[in-house]
Amino acid sequence: MTPVPVVLTANGVRSALDLDPHRTLLSVLRTELGITGPKEGCDDSECGACMVLLDGDPVNACSYLAVQADGRAVTTVEGIGTADSPAPVQRALLEAGGVQCGFCTPGMVVSATALLDRVPEPDEDDVRVALAGNLCRCTGYQKIIEAVLDAAGNRNPAG
Amino acid sequence: MNHRSYAAPGTLAEALDLLAERPGTRPVAGGTDLVVAARGGKAPLPGSLLALHRIDELRGLYADDAGLTIGAGTSHATLTTDPAVRDRWSALSDASALVGSPATRATGTLGGNLMNASPAMDTGSPLLVLGARIGLRRAGGHRTLPVERFLTGPGRTAAAPDELLTEVTVPAPAPRSGSAYVRLEHRRAMEIAVVGAAAAVTLDPDGRFVAAAVALTAVAPTCLLVPGIGDLLAGRHPDPVALALAGATARASVRPISDVRAGAGYRAAMVAVLVGRALTAAAGRARNAPHIPAGRTA
Repeated sequence: MTPVPVVLTANGVRSALDLDPHRTLLSVLRTELGITGPKEGCDDSECGACMVLLDGDPVNACSYLAVQADGRAVTTVEGIGTADSPAPVQRALLEAGGVQCGFCTPGMVVSATALLDRVPEPDEDDVRVALAGNLCRCTGYQKIIEAVLDAAGNRNPAG
Repeated sequence: MNHRSYAAPGTLAEALDLLAERPGTRPVAGGTDLVVAARGGKAPLPGSLLALHRIDELRGLYADDAGLTIGAGTSHATLTTDPAVRDRWSALSDASALVGSPATRATGTLGGNLMNASPAMDTGSPLLVLGARIGLRRAGGHRTLPVERFLTGPGRTAAAPDELLTEVTVPAPAPRSGSAYVRLEHRRAMEIAVVGAAAAVTLDPDGRFVAAAVALTAVAPTCLLVPGIGDLLAGRHPDPVALALAGATARASVRPISDVRAGAGYRAAMVAVLVGRALTAAAGRARNAPHIPAGRTA
């Protein structure tokens, strides 16, 4: 196996790594870079707990080759907001009761961010479609949907 | 771990040279089939990988009076939202909108969907009814073939190991044409077709069929163009009798299997229903209403 030199930019921080070409982006983020917001749920692209943005597009990091992220910008939940300064969608999830165990939440925040970056004023169907690749076993989804709609309102008070 | 290699060239010429020089090399576009299958334990990742995502020549689409040319690296997300595809080749847009989740659609490509050649692939039947041709390129050569000759079996295509699927071309539809793809599914996301049906039709000014084609998904070893639909429907209005005739003809052409999603008998029984829905949606769009929603039927 020949390691492949890769430069990953995760949440604005550049890292140079030599990677086995079969490593997944999720494994590299979590174990090489210590970015543990993206979770390993199904490890099969079904549950969305590993969702990150790659150049702004949502991708299941568990099933994406890390070497294909070379030279590109990766955004995880850590790059969207912090405990001290949560993004509107994170604040709305807390206020609406859209978080219970929390395991799906980083992926939900990432998918919602991908939507709101493209569609600043989504309707409920837009939100349901955007979150369709993210499973939650606690909330029943309704409060998560409401939170994303609320966050869109916060972003666009005039809308 | 022994012979793993990876290349991500920036040009098509470099990619074709690599395919010729390294037998057994497997192209990877978005990885939404190849890597997912490996994670799920279905098939290990090939030792030699050729990533295609940096090749600009494979991306994007071009529509004009002659038709549509789609680079193989074009994502389902682009095909879902492109206004020309939505209005003039609607069945393909319907299908891309149904693939996986937003992440699958942002990452997965038309070329990858075709090369994976699942009998349940969503873009196959739309491309069959729209008369698409598949462009295959190798170092020093290029050929095109109709999609029905390209798809040869479950997971099998007519592409040679050193050929790369580079583009898909689709002729322009005649005036008063419409197309649609509908899918029977158990849920609204991350789903694979129980049965799918695509229809493309052209109507005369009185609303009678001038031309019609129907193709079926997940009821045969490949997506299947139903023979005889054009002759059967020519001169008829899209009324319940015509739809039932088309449905019965379609049902007679299928060879479904039983699997985790449905039994063979149920699949066969649903074929006529899906064909009726696809023809109805396509005819509605042909009557100058291109934005009638189709797609989801569950």
